[in-house]
Amino acid sequence: MMKVVITVVGTDQVGIIAKISTILAEHGVNILNINQNILDGYFNMVMIVDMTSATVPLKEVQKLLTAKGVEMGLEIKAQHEDIFMLMHKV
Amino acid sequence: MINIQDILETNRMIQENNLDVRTITMGISLRDCCHPDIDVFCDNIYRKITHNARDLVRVGTDIEEEYGVPIINKRISVTPIAIVAESCKTDSYVKIAYALDRAAKEVGVNFIGGFSALVPKGYTKGDRTLIKSIPQALAETERVCASVNLASTSAGINMDCVREMGEIIKMTAELTKDRDALGCAKLVIFANAVEDNPFMAGAFHGVGEAETTINVGVSGPGVVKRALEEARGRDLGVVAEIIKKTAFKITRVGQLVAQEASKRLHVPFGIIDLSLAPTPAVGDSVAYILEEIGLESCGAPGTTAALAMLNDAVKKGGLMASSFVGGLSGAFIPVSEDAGMIAAVERGALSLEKLEAMTCVCSVGLDMIVVPGDTPTSTISGIIADEAAIGVINNKTTAVRIIPVPGKTVGDRVEFGGLLGHSPVLKVNQFSCETFINRGGRIPAPIRSLTN
Repeated sequence: MMKVVITVVGTDQVGIIAKISTILAEHGVNILNINQNILDGYFNMVMIVDMTSATVPLKEVQKLLTAKGVEMGLEIKAQHEDIFMLMHKV
Repeated sequence: MINIQDILETNRMIQENNLDVRTITMGISLRDCCHPDIDVFCDNIYRKITHNARDLVRVGTDIEEEYGVPIINKRISVTPIAIVAESCKTDSYVKIAYALDRAAKEVGVNFIGGFSALVPKGYTKGDRTLIKSIPQALAETERVCASVNLASTSAGINMDCVREMGEIIKMTAELTKDRDALGCAKLVIFANAVEDNPFMAGAFHGVGEAETTINVGVSGPGVVKRALEEARGRDLGVVAEIIKKTAFKITRVGQLVAQEASKRLHVPFGIIDLSLAPTPAVGDSVAYILEEIGLESCGAPGTTAALAMLNDAVKKGGLMASSFVGGLSGAFIPVSEDAGMIAAVERGALSLEKLEAMTCVCSVGLDMIVVPGDTPTSTISGIIADEAAIGVINNKTTAVRIIPVPGKTVGDRVEFGGLLGHSPVLKVNQFSCETFINRGGRIPAPIRSLTN
């Protein structure tokens, strides 16, 4: 399984999850977990996805998400999960 | 499953606290490039470097994007040129520096280290030619870094070379005076130099190293400072513990990057260098950590103790996070590259003498020290000798990267730009050591017991 962590931060608005999950679905990326909340009007989301059956490489997904982020005024990052796993586990 | 808080913490470290991997450095042996004809030799090294490192920058950028962690520099270190160029029939190695510079530009790395000589006990013919070529080589190339190891705990201090390096530094400054003596920022004088250092300007690929290796230097003063903000008012045991934990996290990122780079480039992983390397960016300073620990300014009494604890805790945390640790591994205190150090000098809190004391407990030495252009050659040699003695007696690496800027004096400011930063000109002790330096010879290796 190739897990990727997607983090989204920005001003809350209608359709953030919808638009992001559409991009993911269109490229065969499976969502495993979503954690989302609104803090002081700021939208915060951490999404864990599986890219094992993805039709495009991570780089491409990053590009699409970044473009969508720019369009919606959000900061969207997609990172390989290893950086988080290794940093916080002995 | 990964904890959400951990994810947010990692990204905060990267975005707000300047967590990055400072350098992926590929070490390349040039031992099979020797040739009596210098042009053939230059061709050999150019071809070998550009072949081995052709994918270095691309792979570095790929890893950076995939994991979302900045990798600031991709660099190359090579076998000390004084060794591999020794059989060339020539009296100058400047041409070789050109070839290194061309190779660095071709593969897109910003520095290439290894225009170096190792002379703790004495010179060979190649060592003399290399050292003589340093000023012109640094003035006429952009990316080549030079270093000279002139002392070791097992050999003592080569005082003839100490004297000569004073002159070489002044000549380098003179030849690059139109750029605020920038050439001197690319020249490091070592005692007990290490063979696997990934950091510039002192990196070279030692003769005990493999054909090629990947060494990674981590960073993260900003992350340590931020973590310590949570512990205000707590005792120093807590402070040390927090530094250790933070160093562990920083090093893990370095380890991940090193392993990935090694795998993708098909080059064996060498070491992680656990150095807290600052940058001139606000919030990425070793001095600010010391101030967070409780000093009004870096340089105040207590600075050496706080730095000793910081350096030790970084190593303890980092060692747990990586199986292979090496290089310089310690907190760096380059003046011009650390916003807090610059501020401390400007407010009169930090002097050359205090910096020297600090180098007794941390890596790596008097680094990026800007001094008046009229500082006598023998005084520069004296500063080198003092620093070498600290390294030799304490069985540690020390270094001097000192920049006497022609036309500048105490109170002036010098701007190098980029990661090399800017600095006020430091005051130097006015009393002479000329007679001492002119004696020459060698200071014998020290005793290793009765060490008080």
